[in-house]
Amino acid sequence: MKITNLLKAVAMAGAVSLLMGTAASAVTLNLGNGGEPSTLDPHKASGNWENRIIGDFIEGLVTEAASGEAIPAQAESWTVSDDGTVYTFKLRPGIAWSDGTAITADTYVYSLRRLFNPATAAEYAYLQFPIKNSAKIASGEITDFEQLGVRAVDPSTLEITLEASTPYFLQALTHYTAWPVPQHLIDTVGDAWTAVGNVVSSGPYKIVEWVPGSYIRSVKNEDYYDAANVQIDEVIYHNTEDLTAALNRYRAGELDILTDFPADQYQWLQDNLPGQAQVEPFLGIYYYVMNQQSNEALKDVRVREALSISILRDVIGPEILGTGELPAYGWVPPGTANYEGETYLPAWSELPYEERVAKAVSLMAEAGYSAANPLTLQLRYNTNDNHQRIAVAIAAMWEPLGVKVELFNAEVAVHYDALAAGDFAVGRAGWLLDYSDASNTLDLLKSGIPQDGGINWGNNYGRYSNAEFDALLAQAAVELDLGKRAEQLHQAEAIAMDEFAAIPIYWYVSKNVISPKITGFEANASDVHRTRWLTKSE
Amino acid sequence: MIAYATRRVLSALPIVFIALTVCFIILRLAPGGPFDGERALPPAVLKNLEAYYNLDKPLWEQYFIYVGGVLRGDFGPSMVNTDFSVSQLMGIGLPFTLMLGFTAFIVATTVGIITGMVTAVYQNRWPDYLLVFLVMIGLVVPNFLMANIVQLVFGVHLRWLPVGGYTPGSFIHLVLPVIILSLPQAARISRLMRGSMIEVLGTNFVRTARSKGLGTRLVLARHAIKPAMMPVVSYLGPGLSYLLTGSLVVEQIFALPGIGKYFITAALSRDYGLVLGTTILYMVIILVLNLVVDVIYAWLYPKVRYR
Repeated sequence: MKITNLLKAVAMAGAVSLLMGTAASAVTLNLGNGGEPSTLDPHKASGNWENRIIGDFIEGLVTEAASGEAIPAQAESWTVSDDGTVYTFKLRPGIAWSDGTAITADTYVYSLRRLFNPATAAEYAYLQFPIKNSAKIASGEITDFEQLGVRAVDPSTLEITLEASTPYFLQALTHYTAWPVPQHLIDTVGDAWTAVGNVVSSGPYKIVEWVPGSYIRSVKNEDYYDAANVQIDEVIYHNTEDLTAALNRYRAGELDILTDFPADQYQWLQDNLPGQAQVEPFLGIYYYVMNQQSNEALKDVRVREALSISILRDVIGPEILGTGELPAYGWVPPGTANYEGETYLPAWSELPYEERVAKAVSLMAEAGYSAANPLTLQLRYNTNDNHQRIAVAIAAMWEPLGVKVELFNAEVAVHYDALAAGDFAVGRAGWLLDYSDASNTLDLLKSGIPQDGGINWGNNYGRYSNAEFDALLAQAAVELDLGKRAEQLHQAEAIAMDEFAAIPIYWYVSKNVISPKITGFEANASDVHRTRWLTKSE
Repeated sequence: MIAYATRRVLSALPIVFIALTVCFIILRLAPGGPFDGERALPPAVLKNLEAYYNLDKPLWEQYFIYVGGVLRGDFGPSMVNTDFSVSQLMGIGLPFTLMLGFTAFIVATTVGIITGMVTAVYQNRWPDYLLVFLVMIGLVVPNFLMANIVQLVFGVHLRWLPVGGYTPGSFIHLVLPVIILSLPQAARISRLMRGSMIEVLGTNFVRTARSKGLGTRLVLARHAIKPAMMPVVSYLGPGLSYLLTGSLVVEQIFALPGIGKYFITAALSRDYGLVLGTTILYMVIILVLNLVVDVIYAWLYPKVRYR
């Protein structure tokens, strides 16, 4: 009896303090943000959970609208030279950091120089390599930063010169690597500029609290130029690494938005919280790479074809993952920008599955493999339940072809170390587009470039190499006519897919759970939803 | 006793040093590095990163840089949580993990000893069966499942307690994590206590006490508890260190700001600095706890003499 009373008293006290907390702080958005942010420095960040936080307190020249499109932000307008290589941005008048220090064209010159400075060691600097001389500065080949194609014409005019016309450059500028950082702080406190107490803001929110392992809290920046239209007063970005616990917190009303949920709960969510779980196409591809450099069997295009066409992709999204991911037969996700034209769909994908298997068996037989003389392949994936389920299913689909699969899983660091070293036969990989442009996925299949006496294959783990494919990508990179460029990229995609350069499996989806209290959350293929567009009702 | 304690501390120093060295070497032998992820980095960028963290220097030089830092109390940078140094991360997380761990320890010990005694005294009667059944549940149900159950019951349905998260200084956010953390330990202590109490209750001196006409309560309080506690006390050291290191799952599920989770996450992401830092920290904690247990043992059981 006594214990229940005590528990009730404790619970009451807690409830009262929670109520008082919300009453005092107007509208608070509780966001289930996923992982622990590694950093708040936009030049060093690497995850979409970091992007959600940083994008609320730092704004670049352009930002994403609720629909995901690039719209003017710190730059109010811009012009592009006729050859597409010089962008001139007019900065919004009166913009400043939240401590009052003005943001000028020089701020951007400093920030981009810092991004490419080898001493910064920015992992994702390469996303802005379209900027003239940036790659050479990042590699140390050029040490004179004046040569970077970024120039302050006057305090409110910024000129960026590119190596070549880049139709997706505005999209690339929405990426956090292109955002400004406060020079006045970095000069005085160095890397500690992101610490609470030091950190300043150029966006709609200001960082006020960081409890590592638990949450980050931001409050509205009243000096932001569009503050009048920002509805939410406070954002708490909660760590929600455990998805089941996060869903429990959502159900108890502790979280308003979940940026992921356990796939096995999708049915339950649809039945019990109808309309709240939103599964939408997302620019990303889940695929298998085949080692075409050191695996003799996989050098044979017939073997690669047999492996690809015998995978029944339609069951993977709905049956294995449970969230209805769409099967992938091409290399560029549907909905990618600057990619008008017909989606690549091979003829074999239309065949009944039995025919595909029969064809695969005969292809393998031509290549000299059968049930009596099986091909043994190691299939590597990074340790994860879903990767394992998919690998087991695919191994079973390959069995009738006379393929014996040895499954091998390892933690992420070891897995990608092995892929990069070429120490695998078939390996699982995934790619989320950095910006909405077809070249961002097609680059994954580009031939390696000679470097330091070896060949740097980059993210092309399978070491696929085709001169015609490379030539088309090179042409597209300098093509000014967007229609023509899309055509060249389509041709390149068809070449690589017809040669089974890799095995596309499914297109990623974004998985959000949105409380009915939240409005303004528009589904978009980049899955970017800046807090300034959201409203919350009680 | 003081001389003994000093000697123990001094003899522990080389152990810490050897373990640090072994850990340093094993970490570097493990395949994969802190910058291996979903995307391959351009070699120039990788070179920049390695230079930034001194990883481009020969291994022996890195080792001396690291040991030199540790001797000055600097555990170096974290390669994954880059906005904090390892010392900062431990400074923020350790007090929380200690607070959570000690609270769970007190709860587990109290509950374990009481239930252990009750089940021993009521051996083979219904209170014994009921409590032993509950203890078995505490032992066999994995903590992530139990956490999900208590979250659903107390947070989602009854709405008595917050499901997860943490507000600095908030007591109510710790109730569920403490329950989940202490449950398996309480169960283990309860079983130890029950076994040892049953044994003590069958000894001659307890029979003598009873024959003097003492009631059960007095027999327990004056004669039985102290000797029955012996196995429990020996377990408390490892038990407490388990509570301090085993808070990984609880910290992750409830999104708590402790350091237990770094023990696993840092190792998986090859955050060399953080792995070494937490290893040294836990080693020191465990050495100190063992020392404390030995001292308590001597107090409980004077036959043990430390020379």
